[in-house]
Amino acid sequence: MACFMVPAAEAVITTIAAKSMESKERACESHASGNENADLEMNARVPFSKKVKWLNNLLWGGSALLAFEHVWHGEIIPSFPFLSAASDPAAAAEMLHEMGTVGVTMAALITIVWGGMVAVSSVIEKRALSAQTDK
Amino acid sequence: MTLLTTVFAAIISTVVWYRNAPKDEMKVGILCWMYWGASLMWLVDAIYEYASLRAEYFTPAPADMLNDLYLGLSVVALGLIIWLARLFIKDPKGVVKEALLGSKK
Repeated sequence: MACFMVPAAEAVITTIAAKSMESKERACESHASGNENADLEMNARVPFSKKVKWLNNLLWGGSALLAFEHVWHGEIIPSFPFLSAASDPAAAAEMLHEMGTVGVTMAALITIVWGGMVAVSSVIEKRALSAQTDK
Repeated sequence: MTLLTTVFAAIISTVVWYRNAPKDEMKVGILCWMYWGASLMWLVDAIYEYASLRAEYFTPAPADMLNDLYLGLSVVALGLIIWLARLFIKDPKGVVKEALLGSKK
């Protein structure tokens, strides 16, 4: 009914987080430039803000396409309150239940998959870093 | 059917991205993220639906299946439109800029 709104809300939070992380990383980068070891590590590592952007893309992309599905099924309407279920208390309760179950599971699954991607990329980065230091 | 259509779109776009990686001039990566994100979300939807319908989930009515396929194809088309709009805005090859400025000359 409005399950996509939970991942969309998470996407808003992670987008803001990614922006603030990016500015912090830029500040750190300019601070550490010139240090050979720090440069080597920075080249081998993918910035965490970039990794958070992967999560953003998954969440925003999925939410956009699911929102279209809700328009298709008449669950999103072009007039206030924009969700057809919101105008009826019984339907609204059902909608909130769906958001709490399906919506939260969607957001959790995407975050878990992203966590797996981050873990795999960390292993690859560590291997690349140790290969560079061995040389 | 919608899930299946989106998963196929995700797989095809990922293969296309991988063939050209690490270069991503056509910004195919955005299609991969969108389709995989939607596929994961519809997977959750499918699991919940399966939990309530059980075996009946795998034997949908032909009309429902057709409607879901129609929806799936529309979702794929929407994803392609979003990708195309982003590609033209970012214009990594400078083609749009060239075409606009070229026509002025």
